[in-house]
Formats: sequence, structure tokens, C-alpha cells
Amino acid sequence: MEISIPTFNFIAIAPEIVVLVTALLVMVVDLFLAREQKHRLAWLSLVGVLAAGALSYAIWHRSDTQLQDMLVADNYALFLHMVILIAAALAILFSVDYADRTGLAQGEYYTLLLLSATGMMLMVSAVNLMTIFLGVEILSLALYILVGLNRAEQRSAEGALKYLLLGAFASGFLLYGMALFYGQAGTTSLSALRDYALSLGGEFPPLLLVGLGLMIIGFGFKVALVPFHMWTPDAYEGAPTSVTAFMSVGAKTAGFAALGRVALYALGDLHGDWVWLLAALSALTMTVGNLAALRQTSVKRMLAYSSIAHAGYISVGLAAGNQLGISALLFYLFAYTFMNVGAFAILIAAGRLEGSARQGETLGGLTGLYRRKPGLAVAMAFFMLSLAGVPPLAGFLAKLYVFGAAVEAGLVWLAVIGVINSVISAYYYLRVVAVMFMQERERAEDTPATVCPAVQVGLGVSAAAIVVLGLWPAPILDLARQAAVAFFGG
Amino acid sequence: MNQLGFPLLSVIIFLPLAGALVALLLGKNRTALKVWALAVAVIDLALACVLLGFFDYGEAGFQFVDRFVWIEHLGISYNVGVDGISLWMLLLAALMGPVAVLASWKFLDGRPGVQARLYFFLLLMLETGVLGVFAAIDLVLFFIFWEAMLVPAYLLIGRYGGERRAYASLKFFLYTMAGSALMLVAIIALAALHYQDAGVWSFDLQTLYGMPLTWAAQVWLFVAFMLAFAVKAPVWPLHTWLPDAYVESPTPVTILLAAVLSKMGIYGLIRFCLPLFPDAVAAARPWIWLLAIIGILYGSLLALVQRDMKRLIAYSSLAHMGMIVAGVLAANQQGVQGAIVQSVSHGLTVTALFLFVAFLEARRGTRQVDEFGGLWKSIPILGTLLLTVIFASIGLPGLSGFPGEFTMLVGIFQESAAAAAFATLGIVLGAWYMLDLFRKAFAGSLVRAENRTMADLGRREAVVLLPLVLLMFVVGILPNLVLRPTAASVNELLTRAEDRRVVLIDESGAQAWAGTIQLDGPSGGSH
Repeated sequence: MEISIPTFNFIAIAPEIVVLVTALLVMVVDLFLAREQKHRLAWLSLVGVLAAGALSYAIWHRSDTQLQDMLVADNYALFLHMVILIAAALAILFSVDYADRTGLAQGEYYTLLLLSATGMMLMVSAVNLMTIFLGVEILSLALYILVGLNRAEQRSAEGALKYLLLGAFASGFLLYGMALFYGQAGTTSLSALRDYALSLGGEFPPLLLVGLGLMIIGFGFKVALVPFHMWTPDAYEGAPTSVTAFMSVGAKTAGFAALGRVALYALGDLHGDWVWLLAALSALTMTVGNLAALRQTSVKRMLAYSSIAHAGYISVGLAAGNQLGISALLFYLFAYTFMNVGAFAILIAAGRLEGSARQGETLGGLTGLYRRKPGLAVAMAFFMLSLAGVPPLAGFLAKLYVFGAAVEAGLVWLAVIGVINSVISAYYYLRVVAVMFMQERERAEDTPATVCPAVQVGLGVSAAAIVVLGLWPAPILDLARQAAVAFFGG
Repeated sequence: MNQLGFPLLSVIIFLPLAGALVALLLGKNRTALKVWALAVAVIDLALACVLLGFFDYGEAGFQFVDRFVWIEHLGISYNVGVDGISLWMLLLAALMGPVAVLASWKFLDGRPGVQARLYFFLLLMLETGVLGVFAAIDLVLFFIFWEAMLVPAYLLIGRYGGERRAYASLKFFLYTMAGSALMLVAIIALAALHYQDAGVWSFDLQTLYGMPLTWAAQVWLFVAFMLAFAVKAPVWPLHTWLPDAYVESPTPVTILLAAVLSKMGIYGLIRFCLPLFPDAVAAARPWIWLLAIIGILYGSLLALVQRDMKRLIAYSSLAHMGMIVAGVLAANQQGVQGAIVQSVSHGLTVTALFLFVAFLEARRGTRQVDEFGGLWKSIPILGTLLLTVIFASIGLPGLSGFPGEFTMLVGIFQESAAAAAFATLGIVLGAWYMLDLFRKAFAGSLVRAENRTMADLGRREAVVLLPLVLLMFVVGILPNLVLRPTAASVNELLTRAEDRRVVLIDESGAQAWAGTIQLDGPSGGSH
């Protein structure tokens, strides 16, 4: 009897392998480190993440990066690998002192962070429903634990439980949707599904529509689209802030990437039949996210709602469904990574200044920050204004891009709702700027506390990135465009 | 490259920004910061004067153009230039730089606790923003400058303003941002229409000038643009941010808001609305005239009853801007040219008036007009100058207010005698409240003891004020100096507008517009 051993093209999953191996290494090395040496794990993780990032860039534009019919490291996947790895790298930088300070178990922490990054990377490379689900579960399981890692904190446990229950629910929806796809088309491969959809000649079988609907619900949970966002504020608020920063960007990236592959690649020819669903969800998500964010007093919770709103803006790119829309989506995720992770990092730094992580998450913790720590306040102002979409920062171009794609696709109304939402969001982002710059602490205090150097580096990189991306976006836009071409199989 | 072989215009725009960044390095040395900011502003003004010297009056198109491609596949470029329409706006903005810095010297002297570094950083950034707005020829670039200057203005008002500064700054920011949100969609829509027409994206104004628009497209896009400019100018009833922002701002910022930022709305109307949407402008004219006239009367009547002099001038500014908007909407040679001249004149007079209020406030610590009276006897030089400025403001012949107002009224009269009559009413009311202000503060007898010992015009005050008064005379006596450079460009702009008119109003336009924008719609995605 002959056993055929499939040829494995390891290049296609080389970045994932690097991150995975690093995760395992961290777990082993953890055993040999004394308590006060644990922070070295962060540097080990960082090296692994940066190596994976470099590797992703090195295999850019290679055509032989298909692994069976399961994974492909095309430009689309590689671009998003870089987004995820940047988010991971920043999160690691921001964890160095935070994990120590809040007494997190660092070996487990970094291992799980890297594992969830691996899951996200698998998800963006996946071109088969099976591998998509594999990625979803790897990333979710790691994140469930990360959210609840801070056992001393009650909110953390509450958030983790909500996330776990609703996440498991979402996985069920996702899987059911996939099963319906398989039942209708007889395949789980996205390219085979695409051929099948093409063969339908514009007819949309109800089973596929229901399946897509269920999958949108499943992914909607992961990326926090309204009305599947209920877990988000609690999980984001309860999780250690560095985890919140990472998951708010990474899980979104992975979820949108996979939804894009399923909806726009596999069922792209039926775009006209499902666009209304995504456009409506997008409008709803922006509006609810922004309106809810208006009422928050905790900045961390406000940022949680703001990240819901941004999920709405990002899905405008998907709803547009054209090549411009995909490159807009990619550019948006890239820019969003820096501004959102940066904003959460300010809360970490403020927590250290206040001597209480919790106090740093409120508006009060940021009051008069300009006088105390001008660098932090200026960086936070950049993040807030960029999130609000004020030019010439990266957030503005990202919005210009997605709304441009929407107008090109004939969704002018969606662009109008989008810009109106930007104005609403400016109100709560400006409130943060106002307390930092326009109010002073009642009691004059000299803050002996300093900002951890790793956090300073991370913040410097993030703030610089959103300025540079805003002023000189051409290199990244070019990459995003090449990725969008690859996405549509060009 | 432009005719000079040197990016003069870009240098003028970005010099204040560079100066702002250097100011950050100067640390806490207040004197150095003051001198540095003044030097930057004065050099910038000098460069603007050089630009004026090289400006070719006969040329209707853009001059001193600097251009490079910024985002290629979307057709967005860094593209700046000056023509007869933006020339005076740009010079006005450049002139207000040193004025605002000098006014800041005084403002900062009164507040030793204020950190001068951040203050001048923001002020100079704001200057770059407004200069950029008047020079941008690319629509995205225009929008970037338009919105980017909001941030320094917001922080300046909110950090250094009066008691209700937090409220005023937020209101200012949100009003402007809300007004311009739809403009962004309209800008994208214009470019998308061009994309369907020509197959390439372009945000270049000159390219878009050549694109015909259906009636319905014009209406929607005009509304979106008009909203942004109407908030900025402001046009009644979108003016409610104005009294708060003008009154709560520190005087240097009030000056920039009233003299320069309000002109951004006027400039936008002339540059974008008139040539791009000529049919919509013609259709909207009576309505906007109505709003402008309401604004003139409303602003004048409220100015009449104010006790706070800063607030009085804020409302007078609303009335004046209503008049200028009415002039632009006449959409003929006289109306537009008059609006440009009157913009310059209003910039000069309103600045001088706010300075006077600041001078009196510095002497007495109050802006309430009742606290003064009979000042003529204690400070006659200031009194004479104020009277001159008031005469200029109310349009006395020989001073700057006259040629602009007169030309504008001629323009409005050609389209509607009734509108011109109502607009004239604004001039009458203007004379009333301004002279009333002068009477209350300067005429009569010196009742209060504090007012007897007031110092007259100081040296530093003279340095700021006298050039402004001199310019009021220059514009008033030699109006052609200002009018002539604008003629060619305004003429071309109006000719272009006339050419682009969709003569027969197409009833099915609405469908045609909705249809065209969906042409490359959803199905375009899946290649």
C-alpha cells in the first residue's frame, strides 16, 4: 500500500510557524526565569514577532505561497499579517511594565498573546472554511483566557465569562453557516465556492444566503458589529489594558479579513444580493457605537464603544465591495492599529502615574495631563484626533478612503451616515483632549512617577506613525493596493 | 515649477509651521518666544509682499503654482496657487499674522502663568492652516487645511479663553466640523463623478471646473458645500457659535477668527460654489439673500443693545458678513469684486475694533460700555483713531469700507433692487450702533475717576494700530489698487460659471444623477 504524503509548502506558513515557535519557547524559558527576570520574556516575544513581520515582508509578492487549498500567503494575507504583528509588537511593548505591575502571570501571558496572534494570522491566510474556523478557535481560546487573566480583578472575570459564553455562541453560528455552505455547494474551499457562485449565473440560493447571514453573525461577534457587540464593553473594560489594546485591533483585523474572503471573494459575484445586509449593519454599528460612547465616563469603556464605531467604518469598505473598498479596509486597519493601541497605552501610562491602573482609565486620571506629562498628552491628542478623523492625521485619510469607496460603489447614503458619525464622535474624543489641555488638577502635585521606557518607545512609534501615514501615505497605500489586487485574484 | 523657479507660495504657507516647531525648542524663555514668533510672522508678511510684487495683474489663472502628486491613484496632489481671488485673502491672512502676534505680546504680559511656548506654537500652526486654505487648488488639500486649522483654534480658545472657554471652543469645533462633514462627501462625490466621466480620479479644481454637472447634482453638491461655508462665514441661523467664540477667545485669536477665518467661508463660496454649481447658485440666490438680510438686521439690532463691547463687535461682524455673502451671491463682476474688497476692509476694521476693546479692557479691566464715557477728554488720540476706524467700518467715502460696500451694492442692485435696498438698511443700522458705541464711551463728561487717568495710545499699540488705519485710508482713497488685480480672475470665473450652466432645467435630472453614480456600483467590485 502506498501512502501519498502531501507536499507541504512551508513558506506559506513560515510567519505563523515563527510566532508559534516563539510562543512555545516563551513557555519553556519561563520555567527557568526567576520572578524578577520574567520581563525578559517580553523581549523574547518581541524578537519573535519582529522576525515574523520581517519574514512576511520578505515573501511579499511571491506566487508560490499556497498550502494545499487551505492557506495562502498572498499579498492580502501578508499585509494583514503585518498589521497583526505590529499590533502584537506594540502590545508587548506596552505590557512590559504593566504585566509586572498588575501581577499577571507573565509566562502564560506572553504565550497566549503569541498564540492568539498565530490564530489571527491563520485566519487571514485561510482560504478554506475549515482553516478559517481553526484560526477563529485558536485566537478565541487564547483571548478568553487573556481577558480573564487578571484573577484579582472582578471585572476581568465578568468580562471573560461574557466573552466566553457569547464567543462560543458565535462560533456555533459560524459553524452552522459553514455547514450550510457545504450542504449547498459541496465544498469548503473558497475558490471552489467562488466557481460554484459563478456557475449560478446571478441566482442566489436561499441556503447560501442564510449561511452567509449566519457567518456574518459569527464574524460580527468577533469584530463587534452591532447588534452582536454586547460583550464588547465589558470584555474590553475588564481585560488587562494591554490585552484590550491587542484584541481590539487584532481580532477585528482577523475577523474582517476572513469575512472579506468569504463574502467578497467566494460570493463576490452575488455582492448585489447581500450588500444591503452589510451596509445596514455598518450604519447601525457606527451610530450605536458613537451614541453609546458619548455617555461614558470611563475612558477605557469609551474607547471600547469607539472601537465598535470603528468596526462600522471599516465595514463600509467591505460593503463597498470594490477594489478601492478592499484597499481602504486594509489601510484603515493599518492606521487604526497605531491610533487605537496607542490610545489604550496612554491609559496604561496614566495608570502608572496615578499609582492605580483603575484610576488611569477615567477622565479624572487624564485631567491636566498636559501640565504633568506634556509628551503623553500630545500623543493622546494625536490618537484622539486621528480617531475622530481630523486631517492631516492617518485617521482622516483612512476615512476619506472608505467613504470614497462607498461613493464609488453608489452607497452615498452610507458615506453621509459615516461623516455625520464622525462629527458625533468628535464630541467624546475632544472631551479627552479638553480635560488634558484645558483643565488643571485642583491640588498641585509633582509627579515623581515616570513612564516606562518601553511604553515611551511604543507611544513614540505609534504617534509618529499616524503623522507619517497622514502626510506620506503613498508607500502603505501602494502595498494595500497590491494586496487588494491579490485579493481579487489578480 | 512656477514662474519664479522658487516655491515662494509654499514657503509662505509653511514658514509659520516651521516657526511653530522651532518655537517648541525655545523652552520657557518668554522674550525669545515673543521675538521669534514676531520675526516669523513679519518675514512671512514680507514674503507675501514679494509675492504681491511679482503678481501678474493681467493673468486670470493661477500663479506661483507648486504641485506634486501626493496620492497618485486617487488623483490627489499637493497643489497650491494664487489668483486674483485668493491674492487679497492670502495677504490679509499674512498681515494678520504679525498683528495677532503683537496682540499676543500684550495678552501674555497680562498672564504670567500662561505657557508661551504652546501658545505661540498653536498660533503659528493656525496661521499655516488659514494660509493653506486660501492657496489650495486641490479639493482634498483644501479640506485638509480647512479642518486642520480647527485643532489649533480649538486649543487656543479652550486653553487661553475667557470664563466659558470650554463651551465656546467645543461649540466652535463641532459647528465647523458638522458643517464641513457633508462637504467632504460632496468633494468625494465630485471626484467620483469625474471618475465615471473620465475613468480617472481627480480632486484637482481646474480639472473639475471642466466637468459638466446635471441640475440635480448641482443642487445636492451646492447644499453640502454651502453648509460648510455658511457655518464659517457665518450666515444666519448658523451663526450661534460666533458670539461665544469671538467673545471667549483671547483677543489675538478673536482677531484671526473675525478677520481671516470668516473670510474662508466667503472665499469658498466664490472659489467653489459660483463656478461649480452656477444653476444651483442662481436658484438659491433669493433664499440665501433672505438669510443674509435677516443676518444683517439681526446682527445689527443685537449689536445695538449690547453692553459688552466685544460682543457688540462680534454681532456687527455677523451683520457685515451677511452683506458680503449677499454680494457674492449676486454672482456678477461688481458683486464678487466688491465682496473681495469688502472682505479686506472688514478684516482691517474689525481687527482694529477688537484691538480697541482690548486696549480699553487692559486699562480698566472691563469691557462694559457703561463703565466708560467722556474718554475723549482723557485719551484724545485713541478717540480720534477709533472714530476713524468707525468711519471706515460704516463705509464713509475715503475710507476702506466705502468702495467695497458701494461696488457690492451695485452688483446686488443689478439682480434685485429690493435686496439692495434691504442691504442698504444694514449700512444705516451699522452707522447707528457704531456711532452709539462711540457716543457712550467717548462723548459726554468724564464721570468716573478711573477714566480720568487713563494712558493714551502707547508705543506698542501704535505699532499695531497705525498701519491698519493707514491701510484703511489707502484702500479708501485708491480702491483700484485692490480692485484691479481681482478683475481678470473674477471675470474668468464668472465666464466659466456662465458656460457651465445647464440652460434647460432637466426635470429628470434627479434620476439621471442617481443613476450615474450607481453605474460603477456594486457589480464593479468583483473582478
